[in-house]
Amino acid sequence: MHLRNPKDFWSGIMFAAIGFAFAIVVKVYEYPMGTASRMGPGYFPFVLGNALGILGLIILLKSLVTNGGVVSKFAWRPIAWILGGVIIFGLTVKMVGLALAIVTLVIIASFGGHEFKLKEQLIAAVILAAFSIGVFVYGLKLPFPIWPSFFG
Amino acid sequence: MEALLSNLALGFSVAFTPEALMYCLIGCLLGTLIGVLPGIGPVATIAMLLPATFALKPEFSLIMLAGIYYGAQYGGSTTAILVNIPGESSSVVTALDGYQMARKGRAGAALGIAALGSFFAGCVATLLLAAAAPPLAQIAFKFGPAEYFSLMTLGLIAAVVLAHGSVIKAVGMILLGLLLGLVGTDVNSGMARFNFSIPELSDGIGFVSVAMGIFGFAEIIKNLEQGEEREVFVNKVGRLLPTWDDVKQAYPAVLRGTALGSLLGILPGGGAVLASFSAYTLEKKIAKDSSQFGKGDIRGVAAPESANNAAAQTSFIPLLTLGIPPNPVMALMVGAMIIQGIQPGPQVMTEKPQLFWGMVVSMWIGNLMLVILNLPLIGIWIKLLTVPYRLLYPAILVFCCIGVYSLSNSPFDVLVTACFGLVGYIFVKLECEPAPLLLGFILGPMMEENLRRAMLLSRGDATTFVTRPLSATLLGISLLLLLIIMLPAIRKKREEAFVEE
Repeated sequence: MHLRNPKDFWSGIMFAAIGFAFAIVVKVYEYPMGTASRMGPGYFPFVLGNALGILGLIILLKSLVTNGGVVSKFAWRPIAWILGGVIIFGLTVKMVGLALAIVTLVIIASFGGHEFKLKEQLIAAVILAAFSIGVFVYGLKLPFPIWPSFFG
Repeated sequence: MEALLSNLALGFSVAFTPEALMYCLIGCLLGTLIGVLPGIGPVATIAMLLPATFALKPEFSLIMLAGIYYGAQYGGSTTAILVNIPGESSSVVTALDGYQMARKGRAGAALGIAALGSFFAGCVATLLLAAAAPPLAQIAFKFGPAEYFSLMTLGLIAAVVLAHGSVIKAVGMILLGLLLGLVGTDVNSGMARFNFSIPELSDGIGFVSVAMGIFGFAEIIKNLEQGEEREVFVNKVGRLLPTWDDVKQAYPAVLRGTALGSLLGILPGGGAVLASFSAYTLEKKIAKDSSQFGKGDIRGVAAPESANNAAAQTSFIPLLTLGIPPNPVMALMVGAMIIQGIQPGPQVMTEKPQLFWGMVVSMWIGNLMLVILNLPLIGIWIKLLTVPYRLLYPAILVFCCIGVYSLSNSPFDVLVTACFGLVGYIFVKLECEPAPLLLGFILGPMMEENLRRAMLLSRGDATTFVTRPLSATLLGISLLLLLIIMLPAIRKKREEAFVEE
């Protein structure tokens, strides 16, 4: 099928899916609905979820009769390197310490860019690590370990 | 008048302590530093620097955050003028004429008039805030839950009207934001909702994670996708002080920009972006000779810059008096206040006058600092602009990661932020404006709470919202706004107004 307005079509799908999902969760997990005068925890999300779901369907239907832009290709390379680097930082920083975690993050994230110059990025990473440790650990006293925990 | 003076005196006594001045200064410097970087707006800047303020006393934390906010605004205009890449959306129009001035070798004059115009606007708006806040707070005390609910509805609808792009998608983003805001423990029943047995989720999704993911990470990915095209005018900034002729030409524009900006900043959903756009359009309309606009007319820099600074200041009015954030930046301020144990609303002024007036006065001091600092420091900011993006974005990532991680010292928030980075990127691809989502996210729990209370008080009678005069008026205005935007003529105008972006 040829989509006339792909951006709105997919937006509609997104809104409808998320909206109805919220409403379904309310039902499946049996959050109490309560009454209009004493609303339970399920009331407001159920109404909102359905509202969003219906709105999504409207956007979807409208997209079939209007013309609009195509969804350009996802830039998976930066997505993967940037978010991957962030996730690895989050998972490892407590174990390997801030110094190593920052250097790792900078190097990984650099692969998401257009050009990669190892020497330059390494220097940048070391400077960043030193600066961050100075400001955040010594200055703001945030409780980060600096060195890997297996060094003692 | 006397009350105003004694209030301001109290404010000065708080804001003129060495400690407060220092945090104001640090805030302004950091804000400018990050704001200068292309592609990072005030929302991402504040989200990024927020964790740094957690350890401070509430007064200092808010003073510093306010400093970061106008610092980011100032930094944004510098980038707009010198690189033609607006650091934030409210400088988009500044770039039109500012960059052209820079190309003609008059970057200094453009930067100078932007700084001076902003300072003037900041002074006026701060006074306005000090004068308007107490009476508004008095009105706010008359508000019951029904009025609050209607007011938030108005705020959200205004945000839709002023959002760029499709109206119906903006409504969707608001609903989505409201729903995401409901994740976590329900305050009334103590029941955890939408947490799927993940213990961390029972406290709700962190708003810093949402803001930083959508406005920070997604931006970086988008920028990397687009590649690097920058042309910096480093060599010929020229003299910073505008000539007498410049001033003569620019000051009426500054006055009009200030007036318009102050007014638009107060409106829910308004704020700096709308103010700068409208001010620019107004100048172009009333100018006798508008041929120079877009080619380096100083009025095209003076008006929007004054307007966006005035609006940035007056948008604190609804936040501080009603506790309702009119735009995403203020939504972040609400989050910061709640973390500090302050419930935003009219009671802040009466219960914590030092905090309130200290913050108001420090806004003015912050503006002064920016003029004094920014003009001489312009060389440093320019240097920063010449740092290539391939070195900048890893640094931004590092600071974001440290900030998010330190929220709860666990990997969880970092993972959530990464998820919202992807979500934000999808929004970009689908052309769904994220600002209304953040507003809805902050207002979600508040709206539910007030809806429940209002319905409890009226014993389940939903007509309470239209039978109470204040509430009915607010809902009436919301309806009117929605109707206006549905009118074909206005719809077309609105599309035109945002097309320049």
